[in-house]
Amino acid sequence: MTVPQARISHLRRLEAESIHIMREVAAEFSNPVMLYSIGKDSSVMLHLALKAFYPSKPPFPFLHVDTTWKFREMIRFRDETAKRLGLNLLVHINQDGLKRGINPFDSGSSLHTQVMKTESLKQALDKYKFDAAFGGARRDEEKSRAKERIFSFRNAQHAWDPKNQRPELWRVYNTRINKGESIRVFPLSNWTELDIWQYIMMEEIPIVPLYFAAMRPVVERDGTLIMVDDDRMKLRDGERPEQRLVRFRTLGCYPLTGAIESPAATLEEIVAEMFTARTSERQGRLIDSDESASMEKKKREGYF
Amino acid sequence: MSAPLAAYLAEQENKSLLRFLTCGSVDDGKSTLIGRLLYDSKLLFDDQMAALQKDSRKFGTAGEDIDFALLVDGLEAEREQGITIDVAYRFFATDKRKFIVADTPGHEQYTRNMATGASNSDLAVILIDARKGVLTQTRRHAYIASLLGIRHVVLAVNKIDLVEYAQSVFDGIVADFTKFAEALGFATLVPIPLSARYGDNVIAKSGNMPWYSGPSLLDHLESVDVETALAEQPFRLPVQWVNRPNLDFRGFSGTIVGGRVRAGSPVVVAGSGRTSTVERIVTMDGDLDVAVAGEAVTVTLADEIDISRGDILCAPETRPEVSDQFAAHLLWMAEEDLLPGRQYLLKVGPRTIPATITALKHKVDVNNLERLAAKTLTLNEVGYVNLSASHPIAFDSYRDNRDTGGFILIDRFTNGTVAAGMVDFGLRRATNVHWQALDVNKDARGGQKGQKPAVLWFTGLSGSGKSTIANIVERNLFAHGRHTYLLDGDNVRHGLNRDLGFTDADRVENIRRVAETAKLFVDAGLIVLVSFISPFRSERRMARELLDTGEFIEIFVDTPIEVCMGRDPKGLYEKAKAGAIKNFTGIDSPYEVPETAELTLKTVDAAPEDLAGQVLSYLRGKALIP
Repeated sequence: MTVPQARISHLRRLEAESIHIMREVAAEFSNPVMLYSIGKDSSVMLHLALKAFYPSKPPFPFLHVDTTWKFREMIRFRDETAKRLGLNLLVHINQDGLKRGINPFDSGSSLHTQVMKTESLKQALDKYKFDAAFGGARRDEEKSRAKERIFSFRNAQHAWDPKNQRPELWRVYNTRINKGESIRVFPLSNWTELDIWQYIMMEEIPIVPLYFAAMRPVVERDGTLIMVDDDRMKLRDGERPEQRLVRFRTLGCYPLTGAIESPAATLEEIVAEMFTARTSERQGRLIDSDESASMEKKKREGYF
Repeated sequence: MSAPLAAYLAEQENKSLLRFLTCGSVDDGKSTLIGRLLYDSKLLFDDQMAALQKDSRKFGTAGEDIDFALLVDGLEAEREQGITIDVAYRFFATDKRKFIVADTPGHEQYTRNMATGASNSDLAVILIDARKGVLTQTRRHAYIASLLGIRHVVLAVNKIDLVEYAQSVFDGIVADFTKFAEALGFATLVPIPLSARYGDNVIAKSGNMPWYSGPSLLDHLESVDVETALAEQPFRLPVQWVNRPNLDFRGFSGTIVGGRVRAGSPVVVAGSGRTSTVERIVTMDGDLDVAVAGEAVTVTLADEIDISRGDILCAPETRPEVSDQFAAHLLWMAEEDLLPGRQYLLKVGPRTIPATITALKHKVDVNNLERLAAKTLTLNEVGYVNLSASHPIAFDSYRDNRDTGGFILIDRFTNGTVAAGMVDFGLRRATNVHWQALDVNKDARGGQKGQKPAVLWFTGLSGSGKSTIANIVERNLFAHGRHTYLLDGDNVRHGLNRDLGFTDADRVENIRRVAETAKLFVDAGLIVLVSFISPFRSERRMARELLDTGEFIEIFVDTPIEVCMGRDPKGLYEKAKAGAIKNFTGIDSPYEVPETAELTLKTVDAAPEDLAGQVLSYLRGKALIP
């Protein structure tokens, strides 16, 4: 039973906008896919997709581009989620990169990301001939994202041309493309990090336990706390993993994701901590810190 | 959850949201103002602050100070050039309200990106450089804001520090702007003198302007009432997606863009006029009794009636207009000019249909809002037009509903969004024109002549050999008892199209008339030969789409321009090169080579009779002739 009200709340408004976007894609594209990266934003996006098409199932598959360096807990969570919800989940690994032995330690973060994420994503999109791909990026994350349309046109090489974006008015989205071209769609564009957490709390959306504080084995490397998630991580001289009470604000490849020291073990503690946070969430991502225009560069090359 | 936190979350959740944009001319300080708002309201994180300090040293234009514009100018090209190219969205919240701000570019060249930001905003902050006063770009942005339905304006007279905080300067600018804006019908217009660089009157009232008694910018943004009471409007639910998980469930999913609906409400499908009753409002969290504007829902109806994507469910007593012709304002957003007569795709809500601009009534001079006669609209121009859609659609006036009255035009060839449109009103009830279903039809007429009707569309440069080949083909068909008709560029231009010149717009109209004529002859059962330069792909495509599948045969007469110039049977190239003929295809007007021609005839080193033979064997191969 609901009480009639004239204005819907802030989160309901965001929710409705995202659902509208997803339905538009399902209706207009012949072969869409939803990127599923296992993080909190992906969890919210998945939840919204379930709502958008209920009682039908989301009429598209989900795709995880696996770099093979994700936290083990992420992969476990991914497989459980797919099973619990009966999702059609595709997992793509860049086999060529794997053969070449690309890894975040020896190849460096930038080459690893280029080959195992960007190239791998493009391989998967080409392989399945997807004409639209949902991503969970938000405009508040980063400056070049703040400039991107909700329906972001990509040419046949998957490249973004930031200087020549289609005007995007009202809720009317131009979905027209020629063969080989595609559109990246960002249904969470107007959400903020705080909105995401509040929504997770309100809707009781399951998320990977790594977001909650626990004692975990970490080493401090170049000023960042890196969790030793498996024995592929070679310790440098003088490094000894120690158990510390840490959690993660964002999740990615474990060697490239910095933990923060925090006692926040519940959603409400996380949200409470956010009100006093003095750093942005991407600070923990090593791949973004090279230069402030690096995200734009990656996006022009086909990164999400 | 602890009680204080729960209370805090509830408070967050109940805050209202204000979406606004900043606009105005280049260098009036739009990005700086947003940076200042974020900085002074302590919404910048430490790492963002560190990056900003680093960037300010590298690209900054504020000397030793922090250059706040670098916070929002997120693209490399913007930072290098120190300008804003595209709209950036920033999010912030205060104790009283949540804000989404669109920082839009000031350059005229990027006006379309300003319109993008304005289309989803409720309020515009129009900045003016106190030293420069009201500029053309100020007026343009004010006009476009009003055109896109923005009812609330803040006139931010910035850089007031650079005119010694002088009240006389402020008053002069306010008087200028108010006079211009009278015709734009804003509900509120609040002028504020401020300095984005030093923070005067941005967050708190400044001590430097004791003569100013109004609010600071943030005070005003936190308190201005912009509610449009969409929930009190007539009910509108454009159907995005038909939800059919199994044979027992048929739901219609979409976002309510006006009014409210309850389980049990009577509804009508605009257009078809079929009526039913809402049975359930289905969501994953359980059925709703009532849903209001802004909510994305799925409804089921009590009756099995035909509804598909693009239909609008509405309240029976307040239906939208239904017509295939309407008047609208257009903001042109493409490099390529508007061509009246060319077919574009029109997308309104979830519906996309072909549409043509049948008349350009006038364009608007943004300096004084005067109406000017015009043959075309160029990038960033605003005009008032009549549009004709390929079939009737349901819509409201944009004044009444942005979602059912706002549309975009898409170029069929580039797929670019070329215009934003705001419906004014319908021109006539579409139901007055019916196509009569006739017993004697195209197939019957063609059958009588022992042929299948078709259009052989010869395209190519002047002097390429189109008419020569077409003539041989026609003579041959005639000799074999086929019924034909030849439409030739020159003979049509002396009669039917006598009133048309050679501008791009006239060329489009020329081709449209020829294509429509060809279509009528096809309906009469004839094999129609059309010999026209027809240089634009989109026009050839328009002709193709007028006809049924397989009826349009595009024949590209492929002759290099040097050869055509050498032949020059009518001496036209000579004249064009001398400048005596303007817009001559191949000289100062482009020829777009066909990409999907059924036949390509290379004329160099081939006899016209052999090329005509290729055409005839194609027709036999497709069983159009015996």
